[in-house]
Amino acid sequence: MKIAEKKALKRESIIQTALQLFSANGFHKTTIPDIAAKLHMSVGNLYNYFSSKDILAQEIIKYTSEVLGEEIKKINMLDVSAKEKIKMIVTVYFTMAEEKPEMIEYFLRVYLSNREVFSDGCDGMVCVSGFITEIMIFFDDAVSSGELRNQDFFSAFGLFMGYLGGMVFLKGEGVLPKEIAYYIDDISRNIYNALKV
Amino acid sequence: MEQQYKPKLLWLQSITCNGNTHSFLNHPELFSILSHFELVHHPVLESSFCMQELIDGILPCDILIIEGAFMEKGYLKSGVEVSSIIEHYADNAKHIISAGTCATFGGIFKQKDPEAISGFCFDEEEKTRRYAKYASKLISLPGCPIHPKWLSYVLLMIANDRKISLDALHRPVELYGYTVHTGCTRNEYFEWKIDAKNFGLKEGCLFYEQGCQGPYTRGSCNKILWNDMSSKTRIGTPCFGCTEPTFPQTELFHTKTNMGIPATMPLGIPRRAYLTLTGVVKSFKIKRFSERLMEYDR
Repeated sequence: MKIAEKKALKRESIIQTALQLFSANGFHKTTIPDIAAKLHMSVGNLYNYFSSKDILAQEIIKYTSEVLGEEIKKINMLDVSAKEKIKMIVTVYFTMAEEKPEMIEYFLRVYLSNREVFSDGCDGMVCVSGFITEIMIFFDDAVSSGELRNQDFFSAFGLFMGYLGGMVFLKGEGVLPKEIAYYIDDISRNIYNALKV
Repeated sequence: MEQQYKPKLLWLQSITCNGNTHSFLNHPELFSILSHFELVHHPVLESSFCMQELIDGILPCDILIIEGAFMEKGYLKSGVEVSSIIEHYADNAKHIISAGTCATFGGIFKQKDPEAISGFCFDEEEKTRRYAKYASKLISLPGCPIHPKWLSYVLLMIANDRKISLDALHRPVELYGYTVHTGCTRNEYFEWKIDAKNFGLKEGCLFYEQGCQGPYTRGSCNKILWNDMSSKTRIGTPCFGCTEPTFPQTELFHTKTNMGIPATMPLGIPRRAYLTLTGVVKSFKIKRFSERLMEYDR
């Protein structure tokens, strides 16, 4: 394996580990030595990959945004109705919350809760554009095909993602009486009904 | 000394508002340009032959300039089908210039009867029955009206026996290889996604909300300026896309969006790339672009 490939793999393993620790323990309570220790690497070596904890945190949000964006891109490429796509996006989001809860938790509990860490370098949509772009494409297609109502982007985006984020937040708090997958059908229908023409 | 042969120039009108004729009259070097040609007939300029001789079909013609849209049948002048007169001279001409969007694609007049009215060789982007016959000598100069310097460029190239590179719709690449966006003084506002919000302002881009067609309209309005000094976008009016086969669009002062996303992407830009870029760009607030360029109140 080439050195560059090895470095890329190492970089991703740092992101994965830090993602889990930040999501579980919070940004401020997680230290670079904690992350290095879990990876069995030296603190100095970790700094070779990420020059500060803030920059590592920013790279993680870019990474999670890209992973989620790739999943939605696959849905966007399908020749199915917006109604079906909404259900697929809800399923992808809830499945990720189930199988890789740290990905969504990171967004809700680190990215949204520690704005000062992301203010310089992750302004606005800079670090989450991978995900936002795909949601924009979904909306654009759905309005062009006449299935969803044309309206302000953020009104639709807030309704869609706020709902999903809210449900995953409730799940994280342990207050949902049923498994999150149980709610997919109802939630998809609610979103579709709220956004359709 | 033997006088050099001057190409014989014939300017004919079909269904037109005279806009291209009047635009050309504004060329600051009009008579210098015309001195390279023998003006056989022109609707408003003094020329060698009159309307009756024109209709009789006896005029010589090297370069035929056509202004106005076409009806196959039913548009008469002096009792004669205009399309048949023009086809008669087009058969003999060495060069055919369709001057303006009506003559080229159908333009404004096509709206009256979209089935019956078209350009001379194109009906919007579709080829008319005349295309095959005249394509080898056709030069398209769409514009509503035509820019006088675009026409003079073509005429002088022909007079000097120079080759003119054309695109698929027979438009000179030198003039239509650009979009109107090229050379627009508002490009920085476009890049940072800041809309003008109003007409007539020096600041802001007219694309996001005001319906500017500049990023998908081929033409050099911002490179070869009107009256040597200005253009629509420079004075704060959106480009209407008047050089395109799709002209005239409706809702000229409104940009169609789907949930805030432009329904038509700038020419040749993939949607995903555009949205990624603009989503990021919009996150930044550039102080210089939120201020007026000049203080007008002092």
